[in-house]
Amino acid sequence: MTALDTSPRLDDPDLAFQSLVEAHRDLTPEQSRRLDARLVLLLANHIGSITVLREAIAAAQETGWDVAEAKP
Amino acid sequence: MPAFEPPHYPFRPPIDDGARHSVVVAGGGLVGLTAALDLARRGQRVVVLDDDDTVSTGSRAICFAKRTLEIYDRLGIGAAIREKGTTWNTGKVFFGEREVYGFDLLPESGHRNPAFVNLQQYYVEHWLVEACLATGLVDLRWKHRVAGIVNGADGVTLMIETPAGNYSLTTDWLLACDGARSLVRELLGLAFVGKVFRDRFLIADVVMHADFPPERRFWFEPPFHRGGSVLLHRQADDVWRIDFQLGWDADPEAEREPERVAARVRAMLGPAIPFELEWVSIYTFRCRRIEKFRHGRTIFLGDAAHQVSPFGARGGNGGVQDADNLGWKLDAVLRAEAPATLLESYDTERIPAADENILNSARSTDFITPKSEAARAYRDAVLELAARHDFARPLVNSGRLSRPAVLRNSPLSTPDEAPWPEGAPLGATAPDAPLDKGFLLDRTDRNGFTLLVFGEGAPEPVPGVKRVDVPAEGVAAQRYGAGAGDTVLLRPDQHIAARWRRCDAAAIRGARNRALGRVA
Repeated sequence: MTALDTSPRLDDPDLAFQSLVEAHRDLTPEQSRRLDARLVLLLANHIGSITVLREAIAAAQETGWDVAEAKP
Repeated sequence: MPAFEPPHYPFRPPIDDGARHSVVVAGGGLVGLTAALDLARRGQRVVVLDDDDTVSTGSRAICFAKRTLEIYDRLGIGAAIREKGTTWNTGKVFFGEREVYGFDLLPESGHRNPAFVNLQQYYVEHWLVEACLATGLVDLRWKHRVAGIVNGADGVTLMIETPAGNYSLTTDWLLACDGARSLVRELLGLAFVGKVFRDRFLIADVVMHADFPPERRFWFEPPFHRGGSVLLHRQADDVWRIDFQLGWDADPEAEREPERVAARVRAMLGPAIPFELEWVSIYTFRCRRIEKFRHGRTIFLGDAAHQVSPFGARGGNGGVQDADNLGWKLDAVLRAEAPATLLESYDTERIPAADENILNSARSTDFITPKSEAARAYRDAVLELAARHDFARPLVNSGRLSRPAVLRNSPLSTPDEAPWPEGAPLGATAPDAPLDKGFLLDRTDRNGFTLLVFGEGAPEPVPGVKRVDVPAEGVAAQRYGAGAGDTVLLRPDQHIAARWRRCDAAAIRGARNRALGRVA
């Protein structure tokens, strides 16, 4: 449990995606950002491992296309 | 209304007697006076130079942490601070209109001292001055200002200005305790490394009769101060400390105007509570230190060596711990009981402690003053979650309150031979505990080493080590993770130097030698 698992794990990916998007319906950008922050904090605590959290941060940073294109 | 009248200590013109001094302290503030008293308690003569003739203006440091109170117990002024000050162990955090949560910093009993006592710094300085004078060993020279320095290999020569003329003196050791604007530091050309936070805070000491409980209260974005944070502390004599976060764009001159300050305070307290302003200041915070604290025969302590933001009460408390760490070492060197190389351990031990204080206070400041939209979103999200969920409370950072440094990997500590899984770690300050109707820490040797012997154990007596018998079961044994036959060696500053499941006099002698820097 000390490595980030990036294999497909969600049993209903469409429902997972739909749930995330629906949570943001009718929110202002600021409200959305706060909701996402609360969500990240709840999930980070659920994971409970700073190693996995930092691997997830790194994975998120590496996969952002804007970020990737900006790199030499 | 303020009950404290600042004393003015007598100026004495310089006497050029050609005497060479063993220790000179530059700066008669909280840290300098603590260092002077510590050395005098050990029998050393000390000269203290101060450019003023009174105690600190305004209350400045107010939160005296448990460890500092223990040090002041050892120096003989702890009881006075407890009696006059406001004891508190609890705090509350608010966000917007709502209380987010409360906390207790000392959830267990059986300690002589509480987590904190709030008291204006001028009281403590005043008592330190009196205690220094009572020793007959401290030569307090008010309005003697350091103007030049030659930091030689064999001694430090200081050029000193006074209203009655200038003179110079030479000392074996100079303790630079002359604060954030340390002239000694400037004269030696030493730079601070670290950062300045782009934010301004208004600090007001307010005299009022209010029935808020004696607890630390911290508001994020309260209705009476939108867009900033506010911190409230109670002190002695009905003086209250209020910190308002103003933001970087605030105009420091305008914000200092009494009417403007009064309006902010009134918005907070409501119209029904009358108050007076005792002291007002505008601050920008810095978290930084000089690279090394010891430069030959000049040693830096307190704000002259390192600075932090006030959220966490790590400035004054950190400085007092510097003095606690250095006092017994310098005394041992002056008595030729230890080699001068022992003083290298002041850097080895206090630089990591300063870095810990800087890290903690920088993180608190980053939480209180978010640097980006994302940082603010996370900060506010933590506060929202904390109102509902326990897990988010440790994430709230309104100041990580001062705790004593654990001297991990200190070269003065003797590594454990056997596993020691429970209790305070090696290098930690000795935990207090009830003992024989009193407290354990009161029984430690005030100037030398102490051996705690748990239960029936009878190592041969070792010169320079005071033995204290402790029951093998109970609170003390628990806090040290010790059982019958175990022994724990405490340094003169009450840090744990060594411990054994079974030991003999040779092991104790060896550990004491090592703590005195006699072992390579």
